[in-house]
Amino acid sequence: MEPIKDIRSRTVVLPNDDIDTDQIIPARFLTTTTKQGLGKNLFNDWRYGKDGRELPDFVLNKPENRGASVLVGGNNFGCGSSREHAPWALLDFGIRAVVSTAIADIFRSNSLKNGLLPVIVDAKTHRWLLDNPGAEVRVDLETTSLEANGKRVTFPIDRFSRYCLMNGVDQLGFLLERRDAITRYEQAHA
Amino acid sequence: MPSLFEKIWASHVVVPESDDTPAVLYIDLHLLHEVTTPQAFDLLRAEGLPVRRPDRCLATLDHSTPTVPVKTLKDLEIVSEPSAAKQVRQMEKNCKDFHIELRGFASRDRGIVHVMGPELGATHPGATIVCGDSHTSTHGAFGALAFGIGTTEVGHVLATQCLLQRKPKTLAINLAGKMPAEVTAKDLILKIIGTIGVGGGTGHVIEYRGAAISALSMEERMTVCNMSIEAGARAGMIAPDDTTYQYTAGRPLAPQGAAWDEAVKRWRMLPSDAGAKFDKEASLDVSKLKPMVTFGTNPGMVISIDEAVPSDGDPAFRKALAYMQVEAGKPMLGKLVDVVFIGSCTNGRLSDIREAARILRGRHVDKRVRLLVVPGSEDVKRQAEAEGLDEVVRAAGGEWREPGCSMCIGMNGDTVPSGKLSVSTSNRNFEGRQGTGARTVLASPLTAAAAAVKGAITDPRDLVG
Repeated sequence: MEPIKDIRSRTVVLPNDDIDTDQIIPARFLTTTTKQGLGKNLFNDWRYGKDGRELPDFVLNKPENRGASVLVGGNNFGCGSSREHAPWALLDFGIRAVVSTAIADIFRSNSLKNGLLPVIVDAKTHRWLLDNPGAEVRVDLETTSLEANGKRVTFPIDRFSRYCLMNGVDQLGFLLERRDAITRYEQAHA
Repeated sequence: MPSLFEKIWASHVVVPESDDTPAVLYIDLHLLHEVTTPQAFDLLRAEGLPVRRPDRCLATLDHSTPTVPVKTLKDLEIVSEPSAAKQVRQMEKNCKDFHIELRGFASRDRGIVHVMGPELGATHPGATIVCGDSHTSTHGAFGALAFGIGTTEVGHVLATQCLLQRKPKTLAINLAGKMPAEVTAKDLILKIIGTIGVGGGTGHVIEYRGAAISALSMEERMTVCNMSIEAGARAGMIAPDDTTYQYTAGRPLAPQGAAWDEAVKRWRMLPSDAGAKFDKEASLDVSKLKPMVTFGTNPGMVISIDEAVPSDGDPAFRKALAYMQVEAGKPMLGKLVDVVFIGSCTNGRLSDIREAARILRGRHVDKRVRLLVVPGSEDVKRQAEAEGLDEVVRAAGGEWREPGCSMCIGMNGDTVPSGKLSVSTSNRNFEGRQGTGARTVLASPLTAAAAAVKGAITDPRDLVG
């Protein structure tokens, strides 16, 4: 994983509350055995019409939102299934941070392991972001803050996850280094 | 005065957490299926790592498998989408390469992973159990700490039998009163989700407590814990008791003989101590509970069957009603139904099929309805057939299928056509969950069977008893 320091981008706003992982990537695309190429089916059923063409009114399809890498969602983003295909699809499409007032546990955990930043902000900041789509923002991991509208708000992130993201460290390596402790645990609980 | 959760957590910490690092938590049982594991096995191959404890893996095929009979992999090619068939073949190869026993098409044990684990006796009180599947919370019914993980974490557990975890918070849900007759565990959990909301449990492990919970059978407790994730909870759990031990005793993967007696002695220490503290508490009296149905596009959008659809000015709420083609102020009762699905890890166990059969016996499915009954496992199927329940379903005009996740997630070709209304005993009524454009109403097996017979949403209490 590439180290991440900060992300500067315009926002793209999907204001719906409770956006579930079945919307992010419908289950019929989960018969894949790889992580690649899921971006084309991101929000598939909101993004394409029955004829398979892009729906011009859907936010991700609008020309002004192309290339935006910070997605602002409604409250409780990423609820539902544990599919890691959801962050894989977002990243493959080009989204690198998701902003909401609450982000579902498993989606958040999966995102942190893939370099997609889950950014939880207060209701007032969230409201401003929802009301100002296309705003230029900066998500900074060094200071764990989001800069928007000339203001800076901090967001919570586990120190360990932040360290791994900033240094491009894979968490599996950390676990593997604890093999002796794991062996001792297994011997004590055999 | 630790809680059930705290006792299990403490006994599985390999390395304690600090400000800088999460805890290393030992995992007793790792459940695996074909959809969320291929990329994890690829990681092991890329890193040259073995599976640390193949003996602690329980693997099956359930999500993308057909529910028409499959005897050989060649049959699979005929009945499945090529990508689904490839995924199944990949699972067979991965299990073989990494020395994991796969309970696949040739196995008498195969089933939905959360139905199969408990019925084999692999689910033990006090255990930590994970799976790349959010409904892993089901196993919490046994007093286990069981939760869903992503594919990267599946790789971590395969390689190290451990996970990096921050300790979650706890939420006690106290359920007082006695449930009325013909009101089921499904109605109870839908009511709970409607009360605390689809994000109400985020960051928390729920412990369901109280007289109403103690009175439930193991299968009912599994239905309750199964949908904990639909309230956003990390896990749901219920203290083990004699009901738990009676269910588990003698099952193939349960401790046997002297080891069983030792285990029960240990398990009896697990329930939360009197005075255990929880980060949050909620209470609900269940004595007036009614059959519940969802009206919107998440499981928290739920009403009693005799209530009207509520109104709300929120655009997303209105969008959900428009998608479902329901109107605020109007009842769900009487809405025409096209498809009825009875099955899934929520309601695909023997007791669920018996409940549905109470209504289907001697009746016929309405001519507008397609009824699909999908047992949760090979074992459920065998037992149901031994009782003649398959014949009850067929005689009523329903389809009796092979075990699998089927129309709950629609990955195997069992889908609801666009625009059609399905009454389903599954766990998610998200847009398109059962097929593109499908409209899903979540309900109990009784309510689903009643809808099949009447061709419309019906109070099941009018048809039983």
